[in-house]
Amino acid sequence: MAEINLEDYKGYRGVALNTLQKFKTPIWSDVEILTEEGSFKGLILPRSETADEFHIVLKMPIGYNIGIAAEKIKDVKIFGRKEAHYKIPEKDFPYDPKKPNVKLLGTGGTIASRLDYRTGAVIPAFSPGELYGSVPELADICNLDTEKLYGVFSENMGPEQWIGLAEAIGREIEKGVQGIVIGHGTDTMHHTAAILSFMVQDSPVPIVMVGSQRSSDRPSSDAALNLIHSVTTAAISDIAEVMVCMFGPTSDMYGLLHRGTRVRKMHSSYRSTFRTIGDIPIATVSRDKVTPIRDDYKRRRFDNDVKVNAVFDDRVAIVYYYPNMKPDMIDSLIDNGYKGIVIAGTGLGHVNKPLYPALKRAKEKGVAVYMTVQTLWGYVQMYVYDTGRDMMELGVIPAANMLPEVAYMKLGWAFGQTDDLEKVKEIMLTPIAGEITEREPSNGYLIYQGGLPEVEEFIKQYRK
Amino acid sequence: MYDFIFKPFNEMTGADYKKVGFKSGLEIHQQLLTEKKLFCRCPAGKYTREFDAEILRHMRPTLSEMGVYDGTALMEFKTKKNIIYHIKRETVCTYEMDDTPPFLINEDALDIAIGIGMLYNCNVVDEIHIARKQYLDGSIPTGFQRTAIYALDGWIPYKDRKVKIVQMSIEEDSCREVSDIGHDRVYLTDRLGMPLIETVTEPAMKTPQEVAEVAWQCSKLVRSTQKVRRGMGAAREDVNVSVEGGTRVEIKGVPQITLIPLLTYNEAMRQWNLLRLREELKNRGITSETFKAESYDITKLLKKVHYAPLKNAADLGMKLSAVVLKGFKDLLHWQTQTDTYFSKEISDRVRVIACLTNIPNLIHSDSKSDTITSADWLKIKKFTNAADNDTMIIVWGSEDDVQTAVKEIIIRAKEATIGIPSETRQAMSDGTNGFERILPGADRMYPDTDLPPKKITKEKIQQIKSWLPEQFWKRIEWYIKLQIPKDTIEELSISPYAELFKKAVNDWKINPTTIAVFLIQYPKRLRKRGVTTEWLNESMFEEILKSYADKKIPQDALLTTFQTVAELGMFTEEVIQNPANEKEVDEMINSAKSDCYKMTIYNQNSKSILLMGMIMKKLRGKVPAKVIADKIGFSNK
Repeated sequence: MAEINLEDYKGYRGVALNTLQKFKTPIWSDVEILTEEGSFKGLILPRSETADEFHIVLKMPIGYNIGIAAEKIKDVKIFGRKEAHYKIPEKDFPYDPKKPNVKLLGTGGTIASRLDYRTGAVIPAFSPGELYGSVPELADICNLDTEKLYGVFSENMGPEQWIGLAEAIGREIEKGVQGIVIGHGTDTMHHTAAILSFMVQDSPVPIVMVGSQRSSDRPSSDAALNLIHSVTTAAISDIAEVMVCMFGPTSDMYGLLHRGTRVRKMHSSYRSTFRTIGDIPIATVSRDKVTPIRDDYKRRRFDNDVKVNAVFDDRVAIVYYYPNMKPDMIDSLIDNGYKGIVIAGTGLGHVNKPLYPALKRAKEKGVAVYMTVQTLWGYVQMYVYDTGRDMMELGVIPAANMLPEVAYMKLGWAFGQTDDLEKVKEIMLTPIAGEITEREPSNGYLIYQGGLPEVEEFIKQYRK
Repeated sequence: MYDFIFKPFNEMTGADYKKVGFKSGLEIHQQLLTEKKLFCRCPAGKYTREFDAEILRHMRPTLSEMGVYDGTALMEFKTKKNIIYHIKRETVCTYEMDDTPPFLINEDALDIAIGIGMLYNCNVVDEIHIARKQYLDGSIPTGFQRTAIYALDGWIPYKDRKVKIVQMSIEEDSCREVSDIGHDRVYLTDRLGMPLIETVTEPAMKTPQEVAEVAWQCSKLVRSTQKVRRGMGAAREDVNVSVEGGTRVEIKGVPQITLIPLLTYNEAMRQWNLLRLREELKNRGITSETFKAESYDITKLLKKVHYAPLKNAADLGMKLSAVVLKGFKDLLHWQTQTDTYFSKEISDRVRVIACLTNIPNLIHSDSKSDTITSADWLKIKKFTNAADNDTMIIVWGSEDDVQTAVKEIIIRAKEATIGIPSETRQAMSDGTNGFERILPGADRMYPDTDLPPKKITKEKIQQIKSWLPEQFWKRIEWYIKLQIPKDTIEELSISPYAELFKKAVNDWKINPTTIAVFLIQYPKRLRKRGVTTEWLNESMFEEILKSYADKKIPQDALLTTFQTVAELGMFTEEVIQNPANEKEVDEMINSAKSDCYKMTIYNQNSKSILLMGMIMKKLRGKVPAKVIADKIGFSNK
């Protein structure tokens, strides 16, 4: 008996696999399936591996798919084979010596990929030619070069990728690009934005992170516009910082440029999910211009100098405090050799009393503990209540208005440089890229409450 | 071959339609009666033009699986529309706004859909796969409609044959369009996401009347479930029409079945006349190879024109262009539909694709109506070197739009040499149709990666069977055998009370005609009398019939009892009047006879009628009329 190649029956198992094998119909066979209830014509498709083992997927000539119960199949007539190869047309990205050179670094995520619906596989649309094929407007903005560094989902980004990314940015700046765009999945974009803000300092050019909330295979996708906004920012803006460039409102109107250390994904699915927390964004960006809304950003320079300090020690953790938390949560981190813990505490930065012995133990074992707030907005203030003072006695260090994720990234970066807790503390509490600000402006905290007449009026008037 | 000339609508015969090879099929969209929408938990069926917020989006064509852009997709992108959605908080959540992924499919909707599929004798698929069907006109904010085929290969009886049902899909309804002016298209989102089924018939209808009749059959079938929405817009037909040598053209969203015959007639005529136009062009030596057209910027040339639309355009600094169609003289005035000419085909394209929505959006030298002066035409003719047998078209607008318009005019004129473009067309109130968009292909279908496949279990099918009505045509067969009044048959066959009728006939052994008249005619009679019948429900009908079967209500008291129940809004034992005993009856008869004796009656023949009436007035509902008649010797001859 000939060996069965499971790729020929991709995704099928159990009854469905047996049936396909019995009738010698591998995937992509053009068939007519005869069942107890009639016959069905179409193309046998691969099956998602998470789907059950009882059905066979058929693509009908009108384009719809249906699943046919394998047990009902009486016979299969095979007419041929039509394997689909999903390919994005490539066109040469035009070069114009008068236009700035922008480098797009890819890490994965929906901005730089398309789904092959037939197989469910992700196909990168990433070469300049492919991007030009799907977003031709980019050629009006710059000369685009691309490099695919990684192909991972955003949740799988880690120290290896952060370091590699920072180093790649360094190389590109030394080569003299006028701007850098980083395609990234949105889930952890703000983590990467934070670590790049620390690893890459004094960049002479914009470093713009971008992604999409609706994948680029959808007509309503925000990918194209985000890409246009980010490339515009990289090419023409004078903001030489690490930024996140994503939709401002949910409408197709303008993007916001958020400082890499103050930005956070705030909605699981909205287009306008990224918000600057405790401050205002740096600028707005439309198809053809960048409009700063504050003045205190680092300006573009025309040298190729940049400091890259790409280190990270991953023995750090975030603990999201909840009432009734038991000390073993902290103890287990200590026992497992973690060097630093960021606590996202309640209110001004609190945890319950039963945790104190564990915090004390952390101090004794030389584990650094930093306090941030799970309210996200506002400063840690541990002097107001006794509990705060007690905790500082136990060695917990308030991290001002650093966002919990940012504090986590910075702590890993600090430990990557030194194990000296005093030095770590100095690194942690010295603002480098706006992660700690001296003051929170009065418009830094705006979460409008729907239902109020004045808010409803605002919503009606502006396409938010 | 194309020597047949379309006659006026009323004079067309079946033989005429056969001559042109008329063929038509239906795609029937029917909203399902559910509490909530299909893929989110918003309420369904709440319509309002008011809104709390708006959002702005653009639709961008994406690549198909084959790596090409779909034709429609590309056209919509050419139009560069700003799509504005009006949002009312109560009816729309972040799902419809395309800011939240879909929730699992509404099981109630799926059950109703499958039930209807079973009534159509379809095979229900074992596992449904939700697909994304791209729409770039903005009518759905995601840019695609979530849709799934759940049943295949059914039929519905029509005359002495079966019309095949090709497939049935369940899908989310689209937005309602508010306006489409220039580059801004505005939609209401209240209807968006409501559960809908689409039933596709084979193109088996041979005349416009047949199309409407089959649509009625389908309408009766879905209504018989009592689980579909009624009223304006709840059922919409897409009608596919072609003639011999023509193309399948889809007339979208016909809101009423009564409009179908005239619409399909006009579409058949349009296709036929376009084929005749191609013949005419061929005779003039114009084919797709020899077709020639030129365009000229005439903004400066027509500076001092008086014709208002052009004058306004010039005043607004718009651009004016002339397109010369070589050898096309008089052909823009070639009739396509009733009182509609080839120029409309071109003007429609310019309106939709170049966003020049102010009508007239073009003028041409074949037009008999007054536009610009003949001196101006002459000026243009000289400027463009147009020959006597050419046609000139003038179009105006912003530079970009005019550029698109000129291209589109040339594209459409050239298509006339090829045949009939594959289009979807919109129904007009006068029975003609206008261009909507290029007919999309299978290229625009993608599996929906947001939702898993859904298995249709045997248990589900069993559960659906428990409420599914009998197929209405089977009921009709039985009713005919029972010889119930003809005017009750059709209505009863799709009535919510058809099952009650069956029970009353089979179990309670009531005379079928009595039940049919009671269930179908009595509510109408009461309404005529001004009685509100809205509160009547099945249990009230049932109680009355049961009491009648138990002889608690005499036949001639049915209507009055029914009226009392309707007026009370409930059935109680009190509505049944106690039967009179023999002594009461005799007393009543004597008293009436004595009253009657006192009256002066000229026509002695009517005396007994009068007497009978007087007695019945008092005793109706208490004694069967026949008992009285026997007692007084009344015979109603």
